[in-house]
Order: sequence, then C-alpha cells, then structure tokens
Amino acid sequence: MKTSVFLGSVAAATLMAGAGAADTLADVKARGELNCGVNTGLVGFAAPDANGNWTGFDVDICKAVAAAVLGDPSKVKYVPTTGQTRFTALSSGEVDVLARNSTWTFSRDTDLKLDFIGVNYYDGQGFMVRKDLGVTSAKELDGATICIQTGTTTELNLADYFKANNMAYQPVNIDSNAEGEQQYMAGACDAYTTDASGLAATRAAFADPENHIILPEIISKEPLGPAVRHGDNLWGDIVRWTLYALIAAEEYGVTSKNIEELTKSSQNPEVQRLLGVTDDLGAMIGLDKDWAKRAILASGNYGEIFAANIGEQTPIGLARGLNAQWTQGGLMYAMPFR
Amino acid sequence: MTDVTASANPPFRPGMLIHDRRYRSMTFQVIVFILVMALLWWLVSNTVRNLDALGKDFNFGFLWQRAGYDIPQTPIPYTSSDTHFRAAVVGLLNTLIVSILGCIAATVVGIVAGVARLSRNWLIARLMTVYVEAFRNVPLLLWILIVFAIFTEIMPPPNAFRGDNATAGMILFDNVALTNRYTAIPTLAMANDPGSLDLGARITFNWATIAFVVVLVGGWFVRRMIGAWAQRVQDQTGSRPTTWWMSLAVMTLPSLLLIWYFGLSLVPPTLKGFNFTGGINVQNGLVALWLALTLYTGAFIAEIVRAGILAISRGQSEAAFALGLRPGRTMSLVILPQALRVIIPPLISQYLNLTKNSSLAIAVGYMDIKGTLGGTTLNQTGRELEAILLMMGVYLVLSLIISGGMNLFNARVKLKER
Repeated sequence: MKTSVFLGSVAAATLMAGAGAADTLADVKARGELNCGVNTGLVGFAAPDANGNWTGFDVDICKAVAAAVLGDPSKVKYVPTTGQTRFTALSSGEVDVLARNSTWTFSRDTDLKLDFIGVNYYDGQGFMVRKDLGVTSAKELDGATICIQTGTTTELNLADYFKANNMAYQPVNIDSNAEGEQQYMAGACDAYTTDASGLAATRAAFADPENHIILPEIISKEPLGPAVRHGDNLWGDIVRWTLYALIAAEEYGVTSKNIEELTKSSQNPEVQRLLGVTDDLGAMIGLDKDWAKRAILASGNYGEIFAANIGEQTPIGLARGLNAQWTQGGLMYAMPFR
Repeated sequence: MTDVTASANPPFRPGMLIHDRRYRSMTFQVIVFILVMALLWWLVSNTVRNLDALGKDFNFGFLWQRAGYDIPQTPIPYTSSDTHFRAAVVGLLNTLIVSILGCIAATVVGIVAGVARLSRNWLIARLMTVYVEAFRNVPLLLWILIVFAIFTEIMPPPNAFRGDNATAGMILFDNVALTNRYTAIPTLAMANDPGSLDLGARITFNWATIAFVVVLVGGWFVRRMIGAWAQRVQDQTGSRPTTWWMSLAVMTLPSLLLIWYFGLSLVPPTLKGFNFTGGINVQNGLVALWLALTLYTGAFIAEIVRAGILAISRGQSEAAFALGLRPGRTMSLVILPQALRVIIPPLISQYLNLTKNSSLAIAVGYMDIKGTLGGTTLNQTGRELEAILLMMGVYLVLSLIISGGMNLFNARVKLKER
C-alpha cells in the first residue's frame, strides 16, 4: 500500500507533464484502449469471472464509454483500485475513467480535483450482521466491533452516526472488501458496514447468505458515480453523456434488442437525435453520429445493465428503489438530448 | 628573478583542470555537485509545475481540519472531532509503542536464540537454526498476516464466553480472555486516586504512575550504589559482601508500599453487550504485529549475537577458566563485554529496521502513523505529497534518535584503547 500510494504520488508529481496537457480523448484514441479504474473485486459491480473477464455494473459503464469512443466495448484495460489508491490512480493519469462505486462529495469534487460526471447508483451506508446476533436495528449496536474500509466516506459516516446517537463502537480498519468479508466471517467484528449495495453484493458471495441480515437503517447518502480528472471538460462531457445516453435509452424504451429496429422506424424525435438518425450530436463532443447507439449496444440500456448485474433476478437482488427512472418515482433523470 | 619563480610554478591554464593532479579531484567534485543540484532542481521544479497543472497547492493546513474518523487504539484521548494533526500524533504513539515493545522483545529473543545456537546440546542448537532460517528467509509481511490469521481464525469470538454453557473460558483465574478480536486483560483500580498531572492538550499522567516510575528509577540507582559499595569492600578486604537481599528489597519494597498506599486492585474484564469491557482490550493487530516483528527481527539479532560471541577468540575463555572463573562469570565479565562491541553496531540497524518495518501495520488494521497520517488522512484530504513527506520526516527523525542513542551506548562499551 505504501508503495502504491507513494508511486502514485511520484507518478502524479513527475509523469503528469503529458497527461496534464489534458486531451484525454486524443490519448485514448491514440492508445486504442480505455484505461478504466474499477473495484478490486465486488461481485455485481466489478469482479473478474473465472476466465478473467471483468463483469459488473461499473464495468458496463467502462464498456459503454469504450464503445462510444473507440467503437469496441472490449477495448478496455481494467485497473483494479482499492479505496486508498483509486483517486491517485485517476489524478496521476493511470486511468482515464474511475468507475468504482465512489461517492460524490464536495471535497472530492473540489479539493481532490476530480469531476464526478453523474450518478449511476444512489446508495446509502448500511450495516450487515449475523442473524443469530439478535440485532434488528443499528441503534442496538452500542459497544459493537465494526469492520470498516479505510479511506472511504463510510468511515466518516460511521463515526458521525455513533457520535450523534451517543453510542460507542470499536472500529476494525480493513483495506479491501475481501479482507472485510474474511474478518466478518471469522467473527472478528460484529457488524460490517459499507454501502448497502456493497453489502448485498458481499452477502451474495457468502456460502450462507440467509444467515446474515442487512439492518434497515441507512445512515448516509452515497451517490456513486464515475469520475474523471478535473480540467478536461470535453472528456468529462463524453463520459457524462454516455451515462445519460444509457439512462435516456431506458426512459424511451430503447434496448439492445430493439435498437436497430428503432433506428429505422422510430418517429420519436428525441430517440432519433439520441441514435444519430437526425441531428449529429456526436460531432459536438468529437465523436461520430453512432456513438450513443454503440454505447447502448455494448451492454444494453441502464435498466438492462442494472437487471443483468445487480437486479432482483441476480443473487445480489437489489430493488430499483431510488434508482428507478424519474417517471417511475426514482431519481434517474437524463438531461435532454437536444 | 621573476622568471625563476614562474618556471617553478607555471601559470594556470584551463587544461590543468583535467591533467594536473592538484586540480583534477576538485574539478570532478564540482562537476558532480552541479549534476546533483541540477537533478534536485529538475525534480523540485517538475513537481511544482505539475502540481500547478493539477491545480493543487502545497500546504499543511489540512492538519488542523477535523479528522472525522475513529482510531481503535488511542494512547492519548482522541475522538473523531479532533484534528488530523492529533490523529497523526496518535498514530506516531502507536508506532512508538509497537517499536519499543518489539525492540525489547526482539533483543531478548535474539540473545537467547543466538547463545542457544552455540549450545553444545545438539537438539537446542538445531532447533535454533531452524528458527533463525525459517524467520529470516520468509518475508515479514507474510509472518504478520499468518500470525494475525491464526489469532482471528483460532481464538473464539467474545460471544463464545457468554452464558452457562460457554464454549470458551477465561484464563489466569478469570482475568484474561483471549478472543479473535483482542486480548482482554484486567485494568488497575485505585482506592486512593492521587489525581493527574495535566500537561494540556488533554494529555494527563496519573500521579500514581509518576510515583511508580520515580520509585523504580530511584531503586535502580540505589542498587547500582550498593553494587559499587560491594566492589569497594571487595577491593579493600578481598571478600564480597552478600548484597542480593539488599538489591531485592530496594527494588520491590517501595513499590509494594505504593501499591498499599494507593490501594491498587485488579479489575478483570467482564463481557457486556458485544464485547468485554472494564479491562483493557489489547487488539490482536498489535499483538500479531508485535509477535511477528519480534520473531523476525529476533532471528537477525540471534545471528548478530552469535557472530559477536564467535568473534572472541577461544584463548580468552580458556584464560578466564585458568584463572578459576566460573562459566557464567566468564561470559558476563570476559566474553560479553568484548562481544558487545561487535554486536552493537549491527544491532542498531536491526532496531532501525524494526521501527521502519512497523509501517506494515495497516495489513492487520493496526493504526500506526502509516495508517492515520499516511492512510486515512491522506485519503480523506488528498494531500499525498504533504502527508508522505511528513511521514518520511517523522521516520527519519525517529531513526536518527534511535541511532543517536545507540551510538552513545556503543561509545560506552567499545574497546577503550589506553
């Protein structure tokens, strides 16, 4: 860890001369590959399968961006990052996009010089405990030992929550989700806390998911979204509108199945603009007309990506909740393509 | 006349900077100096320019912001409302705790193993060889992780101590509980609490602690005076008075008196809620790190001790035996004083190694300065350069203090040439 942070900062300090010139689009095109920072392993969000192929909710964002920019969703190099190394990896130019369930906060957006380009999952921090502990509410965790990943916003929320409720706790600082799982399974902590989606994903990987419960309290707002470096607005726009294209596609009923048909037949002007049938929106962000179409074709629209990776039909089993379309009472709201 | 001096001392020509031995070394030193300076300037200016390009400034103001995170082991009072600076100090103290404990234990283990490896007993010598080779040939990080894994996987959780048919029991007359999170040990309670000395910044020392330290240090000095007196008597009369009971009394009686005066008693930890409370919970992270550092560094120290003893020629001990000295006295009066001057300098390096290796603490969740300042603080504030530089400075100062102190000790034991 020490080396990675240190090398990261050395890299940030000395090797940034080129990347600092801030034309990420040209760099990615010249390289022919998108460097995408992802989680080291969180089932459903970003994890390599048995064959070493990365899959997951965040991974599909990387694929969509690669498809939009390079025309091929497979031209992505996945860079696993821990909670500690992720932002250094981005600001040093090691990755072009960070799609790693990272919370959008004020200080990260400003002081860390990142630009969060949107929210792909509205999350909140929760607690997971063993069922036989007999705990039904986070308010009953006074005096408990709690596993927590260092370098995350959850660490700060945890401290604030217990302070606000006048409870004591014993933190066990861990470095990665895998280590947290191991400590929690060994009973070295009573509760494991991280984003509720992460808890669901972690629990799905257990041998006995039915013996663990996620407590009802959500103690924080965790808007998770992809981030890019501050200062390269064109690149930021490309990633932002790729995400919006996926969300808008779901809103207008464009799926990876019917997209070819809709390109020919749709009379909806918004859909025609999105798919590059009428206006050439792609040229405005330095891409071609079909960029959004390719992004949607990569792994489907937002709803398809959600359902395939973390939806209720998967072992992770997350409901759409806040992440439903705004028309369905959720918060997913793509800005107009116009 | 002027011609003669001129021919003896030819006028300076630029070529002489290379060809004249008097100037050549100076020339090369100047060139190397300029190159090193240029490299430094390049690094610094590059860093400044790139920080500028990233829009980041360089300042340490973040140290005074609210930290907002909690630390499991806090030698001085600390809450999440304190500053990053205080969190860094807590981390530094945690580093010092594990380093000091590690140095002491590694020295003991190293001396025992080093001497035992020279033993004539075949089994003991071979066992020590196995220990030394096993520990110094496997990376330290693995040892730390293995020890920690053993603690978490084998020890029972606090829950197992609950109820009438508990599956785990406390040891040492129900005073100590070994769990997979921590070792719960009793704390001390005082009937007559003398209050605390307040040093400001919420750092306090209990007067009773200070009294014990004063009494122990004083006792040690009195013991040395008794030893010096016995030496004087021996020099004058030839027979050494029996002093062991005096030393024992001086070392223990005042402490016992203090224990009685303050009304000290042990308060065993009790299981309440999720965890043991009332006692002191020594985290497994600390124990695992301490054990692994001790055993790892101890293996190196064992070799240093063995080398030091083997460096003393056999003639020395044979001469001592010929004078009628017993083996124990031969070791303490003849061999060790000479071996120490071989042992101390490499021992300093081992102490420095141990202190710096303690920065692997985060692997077991022990929050040392690498975990607080170089971990969470760095991450929450994004001040990589500042935090890393500060940490390098702290480790540098720490190492210089250790080697300074050990060099003083070395100067005392080294061979005095008369």
